[in-house]
Formats: sequence, structure tokens, C-alpha cells
Amino acid sequence: MSEGHSTYTPKTGLGRWFDARMPLPRLVYDSFVAYPVPRNLNYAWTFGGILSIMLVAQMVTGIVLAMHYTSDANLAFGSVEKIMRDVNSGWLLRYMHANGASFFFIAVYIHIFRGLYYGSYKAPRELLWILGCIIYLLMMATGFMGYVLPWGQMSFWGATVITGFFTAIPLVGDWIQQLLLGGFAVDNPTLNRFFALHYLLPFMIAGVVVLHIWALHVVGQSNPTGIEVKSKTDTVAFTPYATIKDAFGMIVFLFFFAYFVFYLPNYLGHPDNYTVANPLKTPAHIVPEWYFLPFYAILRAITFNIGPINSKLGGVLCLFGAIIMLFLVPWLDTSKVRSAVYRPWYKLFFWLFVADAVLLGWLGSQPAEGSYVFMAQMATLFYFFFFLVALPVLGLIETPRRLPNSITEAVLEKNKGGSGHPAAAAAAPQTKG
Amino acid sequence: MSATDIHDPNRRDFLYVATGMAAVVGAGAVAWPFIDQMRPDASTLALASVEVDVSSLAPGSSLIVKWRGKPVVVRNRTEKEMKDGEAVNLSDLKDPIARNANLPSDAPATDANRTTPGKEAWMVMVQVCTHLGCIPLGQEGDFGGWFCPCHGSQYDTAGRIRKGPAPENMAIPVFKFVSDTKILIG
Repeated sequence: MSEGHSTYTPKTGLGRWFDARMPLPRLVYDSFVAYPVPRNLNYAWTFGGILSIMLVAQMVTGIVLAMHYTSDANLAFGSVEKIMRDVNSGWLLRYMHANGASFFFIAVYIHIFRGLYYGSYKAPRELLWILGCIIYLLMMATGFMGYVLPWGQMSFWGATVITGFFTAIPLVGDWIQQLLLGGFAVDNPTLNRFFALHYLLPFMIAGVVVLHIWALHVVGQSNPTGIEVKSKTDTVAFTPYATIKDAFGMIVFLFFFAYFVFYLPNYLGHPDNYTVANPLKTPAHIVPEWYFLPFYAILRAITFNIGPINSKLGGVLCLFGAIIMLFLVPWLDTSKVRSAVYRPWYKLFFWLFVADAVLLGWLGSQPAEGSYVFMAQMATLFYFFFFLVALPVLGLIETPRRLPNSITEAVLEKNKGGSGHPAAAAAAPQTKG
Repeated sequence: MSATDIHDPNRRDFLYVATGMAAVVGAGAVAWPFIDQMRPDASTLALASVEVDVSSLAPGSSLIVKWRGKPVVVRNRTEKEMKDGEAVNLSDLKDPIARNANLPSDAPATDANRTTPGKEAWMVMVQVCTHLGCIPLGQEGDFGGWFCPCHGSQYDTAGRIRKGPAPENMAIPVFKFVSDTKILIG
């Protein structure tokens, strides 16, 4: 899609002068104005833009919070309370930052599930998908380290548990854990390095985002039909069509975000984190941030040894395996059809997988005892079944529905129901353009 | 590659290899301080041993001291706890090794090997779950020993892992009774 020649023509003398020396306006014009996007993109495609503004919001609020925060184990908790009580608008900035992390993850999960549903990871978009997975990993590292900074009980014990993962590695595990902690337990050196890295990682995310968008603009966006763009009638210009749609999506998303910031600022947090860290007392019930809960449930589900692998290493391997599955998706899925719209069985398994991920999240928030353990084991089994069995096998045995010949045909077919039909119009408002 | 392509290494080849090696060693030497600085620093490593007065501990009570940033429990066990610990069959244990720093590394995890000779009532143990480092709660769980609230690991009255995801018995640090009422840990 990027093969097309640039249509940018500078209108002013200054524009021409600039264009001959450093064609940055041309790059912006070609990428965000004239850039052709499939005409049938639905609102699931607005989350890329939403994620961009969330990243910027997190960086801006984070930088100003860092001006008031102290990364010393004796002072950190107090400095966060000072931000809440003394710093002008500090409460707002901190709630925006804390809830911003949650909403960043809400958006990224929708973005990932959209990719899984519409097969956005298939050739030629494998690299685009993998860059996205790397961003997700960096986000997890950033979110985890950020949660340690307030130095509450959950901060401390979350850090203890997560750095404890590395002790499961045979032979060098303890050495690695001490390298991460800067001691034998989570303490002041840990807090300092986590703060430094928490400040660094968002800039690395921004760097990978640039690569992600670059890769996207080489191969072009996928779309709900999963059919590649074939002619000019399949696309519309990024501006105004995608720009306005993205902007509307952002505004709606920010409404929800603002609702949480102003009315439920601690709903997604944990009350124990308003208790200062105590290295001698573990809270009765440790839970990570909600966005890690499915993986946490998988970690805890492995309570048995598997041959030479003990339960602890097994749990850690399953946790990391669950994330690695995402990286392998482009090669695990054998189907030639991208979109679940035309894959009845895949569509079923996709929604079962969504339900399974939500179930795992809920189980991760429950205590690790009784029937919860068995349920978590079954849900973990299905998680891996989806990637390792359902994705490869369905592609081979499933008979897909008939695919339309082009995006344009799909759009016209959908509109055949008559423009007077309100349901059809509501279902495909994007086709009006 | 044909045989004619192989020539005797000349001065230039030597210079290429030598320069390359110097670059690799140099890069390693520059990188190492950046990794090394992350390891525990001198103040963290300079850990004095801790002396604990246990004269106030009646059977069935425990106290916790901080050693190397971690809690160490000293528990004067009850008769029942000792009996429960001794009654356990070694083959029922998930981890059959004593994990006692005062004993050889392959000592079996008998109740006696988890304590110190002549002072079998006393458990001195790093009270950190061997799963992911939480602090288990004392005298809870199915085995009357320790129960980890994080991921449900259960330890018996001798701190041996019996159930749940933890792989090892809780560690016993180097310690000795300097008198009947004083323990030196570390």
C-alpha cells in the first residue's frame, strides 16, 4: 500500500524549502493524511490510536509525578501520600497515572483480541504482530515496576513474588534474582533501580511503537473481511475518514477513563497498597494488578511436579509459555482465511478463549485453595489447547464460508438489506463514506 | 570454497582477528561494570550475625528476627508438634532433603535433621516460602506447621513442604546455641 507515489505538494515557498532539505511534512502527509485505509474498518480498529494517546498520557503524567516522588525505601510511601495531599492537583495526576495504566491495558487487550479475531497476524503481518507482542511485554515490565514504586504492601510482595520467578531457573536462578534485587530481599536498591527502569521503559515502548507503525504502513491495515485491498475503491483516505473515527473512539474511551479517575479512582487498585511495605508480614491474600491476573492464575495452577521439572519451575514456565504463545500465533494458525467472520468454528473457539481468559483472570483474584485450584488447572489447559491444538487443527479441518471477492463487494453486499433498515445502518456506519 | 581460496594467513589476517578480539574483550570489559553494579553492594553483604535471646519462649510460642533482610523464625515446638514431625514417613515428603545449612547438603529431611542435636524442640528457620518468597503464616494449614497465603503451599511442623507449589523445605540457616537461652544466627 505504501508503494504508491507520494502525492504531497508543498503549497508555500517555505514548504518547498523544507521539503527539499528534510521531508518531514511529506512523511506526515503520506502517513496520516493521504494514507489509504480499508473503507470497512470498524471501531475495533480505533484502539491503535487510543493506545497512542494513552502512552503519551502516561508519559506526561509520569514525568510530572517523578518531580514529586522520592525513590527511597524510607520516603517513597510518604512522598506518594504527599503527592495526594500536598502537591497541587497531585491527586488528579496520580489517579490519572494509576488508572491510565489500567486503561492502557484495557485498550491493549481489546487491540490484541481484535488481532486474534480478524487474523491480523497472518502473512504478511507477522513482524507487525511480533513488534506488538514486544510492546506488550515492555508494557508488562513497566506496569509491574510502576506498581512497586508507591512502596505499599502489594508493591513489596508483588515484587517479591515476581522476582521470585527467576529463582526457579536451575543453577543461576538465585544469582539472577540477587542481580535484579541488588540484595537478598526486595529493599532500597530494588526500589531505586525499578524507578530508573520505570522511567526508561516507556521511551523504549515509544521506540517500538514507531517500528510497529512503520511495519503497519508497509503492509497496510487488515480489515474485518481479512481480504487484502485490491483496488482504489476498497480504500478511503486516512484523513478525514480514519482521523475522525479514531478521534471519536478516543473521546468515548476517555469518557470511561475520566469516569474511573473521578468517581472510582481506587476501584482497580488494592487497599493493601495504602499500607506501607512491611518485609516481615505478607498480606493474607496477595494479588497482582488486575491485568496480570490470568497469568497469575496459570502460575498458581501448576501445583504438581512434571517429571524432572518441579512445580515451581513448571508454574513459571507455563506463565512465560502463555505469553510466548502470542508470539507464535502467526505460525500456529494454519488457516488460509484471516477473519473469524468467515470461520464458524474458529469464531466459536475464539469466544471460548475470551471466556477462558476472563475466567483465568477471576480465578487469579481468588485464593489458591479448594476447587479454585482445579478450575485454574482446567482453564490453563484450555488456554494452551486453544493455541497448540485449536489454532493449528481448525485451519486444516474447518470449511470456511464463502469469501467476497473484494472489500468493496463485501460492503455493498452488507448494504443490500436496504438503507432504510436501521439495524443495518447501525451495524455498518463506516460504509456511509 | 575451492582449495585455491585457502591461503596462508598473512599479516592482514592476523590484524583483523586481533582487532576483532580486542573489540570483543573491550566491549565485555565495558559492559561488565554496568552489570556488576546491580549485584548486592558492600553494605548489603556486610551482614553481621544476629544473636537472639530465647529465654522468654515457652513451648508453643515463636519469635521472628530479621536476618539478611529476611525473617527467621525461632519456635519452641510443643510435644505434639515434635511427635507429628517425627511420625512423618520420609517417602511422603515432596522434598526429602533436610535443607539444613549446618548439615551436609544431602542429609535426609528427618525431623531430627531439621533441628539441632539436643535441642529438638527448637525450629530455627528462614520463614520464607521456597515458592516465590512470601512469608508463610505459622501454625496454620492442614499439617499444623506453616501455610503460605500467596499460592497455598503447606509446610509441616518441621517446616517441610507437604502440599502446594513450593519445591523445597524451608531453609535452615547456620545457627548455634551459644547458651541455653541464646541463639547465634549466621
